[in-house]
Amino acid sequence: MCTTCGCGSDGATIDHHRAGHPYVARRRGAAVPGATAAAGTNSKPGRTASAEESAVAASAAAHLRQVSIEQDLLARNDAEAAANRRAFAQAGVFSLNLVSSPGSGKTTLLVKTIERLAGRIPLAVIEGDQQTSNDAERIRATGAPATQINTGKGCHLDARMVGDAMTSLPLARGGLLMIENVGNLVCPAAFDLGEAHKVVILSVTEGEDKPLKYPDMFRAADLMLLNKCDLLPYLEFDVDKAEACARRVNPDIRIIRVSATSGLGMDEWVEWLAAGTKASGANQQAKEPA
Amino acid sequence: MHELSLAESAIALIEDAGRRESFHRVRVVRMEIGALSCVEPEALSFAFESASRGTCAEGARLDILPIPGEGECAACGMRAAMETAYDLCPRCESRPLKVVRGTGMRVKDLDVE
Repeated sequence: MCTTCGCGSDGATIDHHRAGHPYVARRRGAAVPGATAAAGTNSKPGRTASAEESAVAASAAAHLRQVSIEQDLLARNDAEAAANRRAFAQAGVFSLNLVSSPGSGKTTLLVKTIERLAGRIPLAVIEGDQQTSNDAERIRATGAPATQINTGKGCHLDARMVGDAMTSLPLARGGLLMIENVGNLVCPAAFDLGEAHKVVILSVTEGEDKPLKYPDMFRAADLMLLNKCDLLPYLEFDVDKAEACARRVNPDIRIIRVSATSGLGMDEWVEWLAAGTKASGANQQAKEPA
Repeated sequence: MHELSLAESAIALIEDAGRRESFHRVRVVRMEIGALSCVEPEALSFAFESASRGTCAEGARLDILPIPGEGECAACGMRAAMETAYDLCPRCESRPLKVVRGTGMRVKDLDVE
């Protein structure tokens, strides 16, 4: 989907932006997007309504009534997420929502994590991507069960998708469910999936100030994995600055420096997972919402 | 473009209300959008117009009522306006303020016929 204006829900490519926004104009059949989506017929500027039009407008206004809604836009997702959370608690499963930008190394990190947990903690994986089942196939190659969700044009997983996907996965008590979200540091922040924790992965090939640029995601996460640390000798990446940026946004965030390739920090990450699965399996009410 | 998902959620809330309150045409939709929420008002307006097509809210005017961000300092109790979700306490500058207002995204009310 186009990141300039968000258009492209019909599968268009970004090529149309070379000449401004003709695609947007065609779809809207109206002016530039504004703070309000005005669609009235008498709203042309610089034009005075005729007496007849005013009478019609007054007549229409007389039939209007106000209806109170007072509901959150995320109410439905939050209800589905609460249902997922109850299901995870009843099953005694520790569930994590892994979020990052594309290319941070989520899937490789996941594969290496699964290898380390083999024979120790039963786990299953839900993979979210716009297209292809490549990632689920990479997970299945390790022997772990995986379900792929393709969001099509969607830029994040939502709670209903996860609720549907988990029905086809074996979830063992004391086990772990890893949900790899669509690579995107913006949209997945708002959508609770029912997970115990969001884990944000930042790689050292990105900018140190990413937590400040995308604060919602780093604020929503409980743990940050700083990945690809084996590359630090070749980069001008200031680890302390990156961690300070993350803590500026979220003073309580826990940070583990890792490298899926060299194994750095993987023991600490695996122990964090083991502690979480043990707690979830032992106390099935532990993750119930307050 | 999570604004499209949110616009679709808004349409679902409006259609539910239409069945409950027996209206078939919406003229104005008022939404409260917090300054510290994850929503870009322009993108939401654009998405709303698209998501409302073929529904009772097609052609409705969307009025977005901005709700300013406000936070409280856990250390000194100071309440202050917030521009970003990680603004430091302006008095003691110890930690980011705890957000107390301005993250919500709500459909407030409608004008219908």
